[in-house]
Amino acid sequence: MTRLKQVFAALALFGLAGAACAAGADLGQAEKQATNWTAIIMFALFVAGTLYITKWAAAKTKSAADFYTAGGGITGFQNGLAIAGDYMSAASFLGISAAVMASGYDGLIFAIGFLVGWPVITFLMAERLRNLGKFTFADVAGYRFRQAPIRAFAATGTLVVVAFYLIAQMVGAGQLIKLLFGLEYWMAVVIVGGLMMVYVLFGGMTATTWVQIIKAILLLCGASFMAFMVLLNYGFSPEAMFADAVRIKSEVAAAAGKSPEDAAKVGQAIMGPGSFIKDPISAISFGMALMFGTAGLPHILMRFFTVPDAKEARKSVFWATTWIGYFYILTFIIGFGAITFVLTNPTFLDAKGVLLGGGNMAAIHLANAVGGNVFLGFISAVAFATILAVVAGLTLSGASAVSHDLYATVFKQGKADSASELRVSRITTLCLGVIAVVLGIAFEKQNIAFMVSLAFAIAASANFPVLFLSVLWKDCTTRGAVIGGFIGLITAVALTVLSKSVWVDVLHNEAAIFPYASPALFSMTAGFFGIWLFSITDRSAQAAQERAAFPAQQIRSETGLGAAAASSH
Amino acid sequence: MKEDINEKVRANPKYQQLVKTRTAYGWFMTICMLIVYYGYIALIAFNKEFLSQKLGEGVTTIGIPIGVGVIVFTIVITGIYVRRANNEFDAVTAEIIKEVKQ
Repeated sequence: MTRLKQVFAALALFGLAGAACAAGADLGQAEKQATNWTAIIMFALFVAGTLYITKWAAAKTKSAADFYTAGGGITGFQNGLAIAGDYMSAASFLGISAAVMASGYDGLIFAIGFLVGWPVITFLMAERLRNLGKFTFADVAGYRFRQAPIRAFAATGTLVVVAFYLIAQMVGAGQLIKLLFGLEYWMAVVIVGGLMMVYVLFGGMTATTWVQIIKAILLLCGASFMAFMVLLNYGFSPEAMFADAVRIKSEVAAAAGKSPEDAAKVGQAIMGPGSFIKDPISAISFGMALMFGTAGLPHILMRFFTVPDAKEARKSVFWATTWIGYFYILTFIIGFGAITFVLTNPTFLDAKGVLLGGGNMAAIHLANAVGGNVFLGFISAVAFATILAVVAGLTLSGASAVSHDLYATVFKQGKADSASELRVSRITTLCLGVIAVVLGIAFEKQNIAFMVSLAFAIAASANFPVLFLSVLWKDCTTRGAVIGGFIGLITAVALTVLSKSVWVDVLHNEAAIFPYASPALFSMTAGFFGIWLFSITDRSAQAAQERAAFPAQQIRSETGLGAAAASSH
Repeated sequence: MKEDINEKVRANPKYQQLVKTRTAYGWFMTICMLIVYYGYIALIAFNKEFLSQKLGEGVTTIGIPIGVGVIVFTIVITGIYVRRANNEFDAVTAEIIKEVKQ
């Protein structure tokens, strides 16, 4: 309770507190971080700014179209930043820089996997999505199919992906806040849940998009500054930076009792691929989950409907790819910076020489090292804002699946008016917010490392094959799409449960039954095969009708003739 | 009316050509991306030593420019496609729409 009061006190004071609070965070003293006032004030400023935007957005959010797609009035450049924002989650910022700090080159391999799905989306999906879709990806997948079953499938696919992604983000928020702000876990979860509900409920897609854009700009600026400061220290010579990092890694290994030769080997190991990729099957499978999962994430797909036409949709993926690629290069530099600035500085290490607050704190400590306490506060606040913006996007896409796919299309058979659809999406937002907070608290002590990769695997094995084949394959039918989609979904979940990340790490069994790191190679194949098999064997009259409707769908997907216009109609 | 327009579009040779060209181009670019990415992954899976070779006197390995190169390639290939689609393909699409609406 006293901590809650402190937060309110901070909110009240943030105008004048400024420098006095800079003394708040004294890292390196205790295991549990002291309350970090600078970070809290920076975050309060961010919240104040975004709430003001939400107020402005709320005035513009009158119809279901405004709520789901910001009325289609977002430009390609803005949307690109928002997509990049959705993608540059706290996990990728803190996680990848931590991976680079721990094992060097392997972190880069990981980052590249997250990037390579974007061109494929651009080449095969972006304009077709925009031309066929209106509010959700089910509009695209179900364009010529029987509505009830395909919507039920799409809503399931969306909600399952959103649920796993959301839990991972909520737990991440709670853990992060303990480290960054020195506040309690449950408070973080409640703050994230509460603010996210306010953005989505009142501001809909307009607020969610602008929160994401602002956060993306802040994160890109912050990361650019850190990478700049690191490179500045080495006279902008990557070789000098790498050499210093190798030297430090060797020294750490030598201090741990390795012979000088072995230590030198350990040091040089960060410059090449290490143990991240063990066997080729895992490597390919994991790459597939990342590459095609991106094209099946509902909160990303939803963003293609916020731009006015196919041209802007393509521009948005180009900008998104550019910013995400740039960002991953920055995190690579930041990870190496963490080796040279943080690993050698006793301020950031405990008595055993382990990073204070755990490995994920690499980028945060580096912020302190290169920019002092105020910049540390800035980066902490941005990291928290990142989680907030991502959960808002996830919740919105979950809410549209329920209100647009289930309520308006399945239960009301397309006869729901905009006002009641909007009401249902707001009620769903509230429910999802409460569920997210409860699950976030329930999963506090659980090992949730598998959740984001599971979300990607399901997106790649269920949502993506259905979307892909329904748009590009003439003979795809409702039966094939729904049965095949569920086969992909169930296979992805089942194989993940049987893999090491759940079977051993969560359920504490001896050995994993499924030996590979990601199920995608198998579950995606199962999904595609299921759709193919149950489509070609479908001889019903309905199936014949659906095949006959393909040319008309193709004309719209290729030319945009008859595509849903930008504004509400 | 709508059926009418659809029939006209289908009958328009420019439409047939557009779908053919753009689909082929999209797949060609996709395959390029797949080759680059899975080639990189295969290199890691089967020949780690290659990527760990030093470039010169220092510590920088050949893996660094290759890795960063994959990122840059991803951005550039997306840019090339978007440029062609937003100019050439969209111009043809606009022509088709204009012709069928006459």
